Amino acid sequence: MTTIEIDHTSRWFGNVVAVNDVSMTVGPGVTGLLGPNGAGKSTLINMMAGFLAPSTGTVTLDGTQIWRNESVYKAIGIVPEREGMYDFLTGREFVVANAELHGLGDAAAHKALATVEMEYAQDRKISTYSKGMRQRVKMASALVHDPSVLLLDEPFNGMDPRQRMQLMELLRRMGAEGRTVLFSSHILEEVEQLASHIEVIVAGRHAASGDFRKIRRLMTDRPHRYLVRSSDDRALAAALIADPSTAGIEVDTTEGALLIQAVDFGRFTVLLPKVAREHGIRLLTVSPSDESLESVFSYLVAA
Amino acid sequence: MYDPTVARLTYRALLGRRRAAILFVLPVFLVAIAVAVRAFAGADDGVASGVLGGFAIATMVPLIGVIAGTGAIGPEIDDGSIVYLLAKPVKRPTIIFTKLIVAVAVTMLFSALPTFVAGLILNGNGGQIAVAYTIAALVASIAYSALFLLLGTVSRHAVVFGLVYALVWEALFGSLVPGARTLSVQQWSLSVAEKVAGEGAVTSDVGLPLATVLLIGVTVVATWYAGQKLRALKLAGEE
Repeated sequence: MTTIEIDHTSRWFGNVVAVNDVSMTVGPGVTGLLGPNGAGKSTLINMMAGFLAPSTGTVTLDGTQIWRNESVYKAIGIVPEREGMYDFLTGREFVVANAELHGLGDAAAHKALATVEMEYAQDRKISTYSKGMRQRVKMASALVHDPSVLLLDEPFNGMDPRQRMQLMELLRRMGAEGRTVLFSSHILEEVEQLASHIEVIVAGRHAASGDFRKIRRLMTDRPHRYLVRSSDDRALAAALIADPSTAGIEVDTTEGALLIQAVDFGRFTVLLPKVAREHGIRLLTVSPSDESLESVFSYLVAA
Repeated sequence: MYDPTVARLTYRALLGRRRAAILFVLPVFLVAIAVAVRAFAGADDGVASGVLGGFAIATMVPLIGVIAGTGAIGPEIDDGSIVYLLAKPVKRPTIIFTKLIVAVAVTMLFSALPTFVAGLILNGNGGQIAVAYTIAALVASIAYSALFLLLGTVSRHAVVFGLVYALVWEALFGSLVPGARTLSVQQWSLSVAEKVAGEGAVTSDVGLPLATVLLIGVTVVATWYAGQKLRALKLAGEE
């Protein structure tokens, strides 16, 4: 089990604070590092990858400092965001070179190329590759030494939907195998589809942590919207609005449902079934209508 | 200390770039001058020394040193591909040392070898002039490579600074301000050549003991410092 621990870490460039007193633990499974562009995601990943020193705080891999410690790369595989990657080499030459730098041979390179399904183009120069192919070869270079930690900076940028799906499948598999996989993204649906655990960075600060529904619940001061269908919508609406956990209820006659705005998540989830039972009302549908990551994220960014 | 994979990536990057054309152009130009001079002026020790000292050692060797030294690492840092070397359990000083070896080999190949050929054409190695300047080129190749490799590691404008040093400091200041010559790789290497050549064929402003100390010192310190800088190289994101 491999864990990256970020402890009260800040990083500034001149008088610009890129990462501000962030503490988080990244363990096995797939973790999504979510935040808008310029939030400090790359800075954070660069510190985890040992390419940047923290200004204060520590970034460690199983208790060992990462910065200025080449031995951590035995356990870490990195897929950088930047495109520079020895374009004059073929895909195979590139991955073989990466394997050799780990003290490994052609077999490891071949296995990694097979994992990312790039054998068919391995003898073409990297300069002729599409964005998705480059990304997969980068991935192969990060996997040659079978690392227990995989760090990926915006891995889905510029990929077409099919390539995106393939890479997601691969990362899911890596996570299920017990590897610590961390990827950054500013695209909410990517994180929602892939990550079992989410860390949200907004303006250099650690805004939230947990699975996506937990993050949503953390925002207790934010209204939650529910779509509810019942055997008697109006009676249910009247009973619910009496409680302070509900801020507003709209009777949507075309949908045949209630749109409820709850301001106290915890209280509301207890209240709803209780009220329904007391009034002999049957609940037919209870669904959060804005539990998409998009809405969670816009709350967090606005906060 | 030496990593064959780093070496392979370095020389392929170095010789695969458009900039590498200069590596071929300058030696061809030197040999062409030598042929022309020999044809028109005949074999003459003074003329041979003038061509080898004035063009080969003063201009060609430092220019090739700039291209090979900065080119061995600068472009990789610029385009970010150095990440693939740094994200490996390979000691950073090993990366620098390997790149130095490649830069030295390339500089020697493209500067010392043509210097020797040009020397043979000019006066058939009379007065040991061809050998003396070849040794100067070999010695200078090491120091220039180390110096410009360091420059390539610490600066994104390494080529510009390298050219300024090679052309403005060594060539211009060196000819105007006598003191500047003491701090010149060219003069140090000529001091070594002076020992080899016949009486008065090669002259240097720096004594051999001082030149030797400075050559070794610059090479060792520059290489060590480049290794330190690479250990702390910050690959900041695009944010």
